[in-house]
Amino acid sequence: MSLKGKSYIMGAWEHPTRKATDKSVAQLHTECAIGALADAGLTKDDVDGYFCAGDAPGLGPLSMVDYMNLKVRHVDSTDVGGSSYQVAVGHATEAIAAGRCSVALITLAGRPRSEGMATGTAPRPGNPAQPDVQWEFPYSPTVVNMYAMCAARHMHEYGTTSEQLAWIKVAASHHAQHNPHAMLRDVVTVQDVVNSPMVSTPLHRLDCCVISDGGGALIVTSPEVAKSLKRPKIKVIGLGEQPKGQMGGMVDLTYSGARFSGKAAFDMAGVKPSDMKFAAIYDSFTITVLMQLEDLGFCEKGQGGKFVSDGNLISGVGKLPFNTDGGGLCSNHPANRGGITKIIEAVRQLRGEAHPAVQVKNCDLAIAHGTGGSLGSRHGSSTVILERE
Amino acid sequence: MADRVINFGEVSPESVEFWNAAKEGKFLVKKCKSCNKVHWYPRAICPFCMSADTEWVAGSGKGKIYSFSHMARANLTIAYVTLEEGPSMMTNIVDCDANALKIGQDVKLVFKPSDKEYPVPMFTPA
Repeated sequence: MSLKGKSYIMGAWEHPTRKATDKSVAQLHTECAIGALADAGLTKDDVDGYFCAGDAPGLGPLSMVDYMNLKVRHVDSTDVGGSSYQVAVGHATEAIAAGRCSVALITLAGRPRSEGMATGTAPRPGNPAQPDVQWEFPYSPTVVNMYAMCAARHMHEYGTTSEQLAWIKVAASHHAQHNPHAMLRDVVTVQDVVNSPMVSTPLHRLDCCVISDGGGALIVTSPEVAKSLKRPKIKVIGLGEQPKGQMGGMVDLTYSGARFSGKAAFDMAGVKPSDMKFAAIYDSFTITVLMQLEDLGFCEKGQGGKFVSDGNLISGVGKLPFNTDGGGLCSNHPANRGGITKIIEAVRQLRGEAHPAVQVKNCDLAIAHGTGGSLGSRHGSSTVILERE
Repeated sequence: MADRVINFGEVSPESVEFWNAAKEGKFLVKKCKSCNKVHWYPRAICPFCMSADTEWVAGSGKGKIYSFSHMARANLTIAYVTLEEGPSMMTNIVDCDANALKIGQDVKLVFKPSDKEYPVPMFTPA
């Protein structure tokens, strides 16, 4: 059974906060739920399925369903880091198609900024039972140095340059200037990026995303429920997910699981990358975007540097407008997990509700892709393709 | 800059033999007796064929840098080194000018003391 068209995203809401010193994580999750339900024109009593991931406090769905006092008959807390929310759309679609629920609520929230977390540069001691910890923690792997190794290898194999990577940040900054909620609204140049302090070779500070508090939520419904609502119907037509790791030591940092999740999603949807009017691509770092664009098939492997150059990702300028909210690089990376904000901006674009300065004309097909965990060791990839009906 | 302290963590029941050998300056890798492949990180069960018939064998300690990144602020160069036996392992490159390192460069194993009794395998230019 194909899942194409078996669900619709009818509610999408991004928390405007970027610093929530005086709010709890559960409270932020719930504020996001309220926002998405209001957006869809539904109430909490309509929700019969709840989806969350590792950012949800306590026992995930148990803690959050109890906090919000939901009455649901289906829960899922698959945690694949920042790519969990594309996966949640997929799993919600499966549950809806199987009759397990008809109104699925997905929430994400967190407050790493208020908690003073050095997200990218501090090694995180894992649970000793995590099988890789013994073999990696002594070497101080951090988020940034693991992605930096992907960038270094990409440069070595394909001649990719820091200036090419910088174009990704430049494009995000052009979009962020129009987003009043974005953390970084100043337009930057390629020179600004390559002249910013080196954090972990070859990645500079401006190759890295922001650290922000906040969150977001989505409402995924059955076709029947979607029909009863007043909002534009955003149909889920393509889904794919795939983890990738070190493959027993056959480490290959030049590609991501997007190669597989993207193909699955495009095959299901019956469309191709060149059909996409808008692309929301996980942007924890500039290299993340470049590798995903290649792996999703927007250009040949190794050609990502050329593809992103000269403003090709800037709305109204280039061929593939991306992350028109400013993305994680400039606007928001709530709970250190950017998957949900990718879907939310794709929904805005498909509804015609993006900022007028960045709204893509006749935007009827969009992709929202997530990467979670670490591209440099083990990561999840998940792809959602959406169509305005 | 002062040498950083290497945080060892805890020995897994799967790797006691590896770390005891490390204390004697010996570098072991895990090989599957069923499919004859060496894997990394070492496991009791082969990640290629799922055979539990795996054994520790001596590694040469020779390899090439697959990729690396230098964090000046942390006095740290993280890397993947592709071992002569086949697999690539996460490690640090030490006792070198990090700015002169190249992908593909030959490196050799050195054990560095950690905050526990076990030394940790790292690499330095050959």
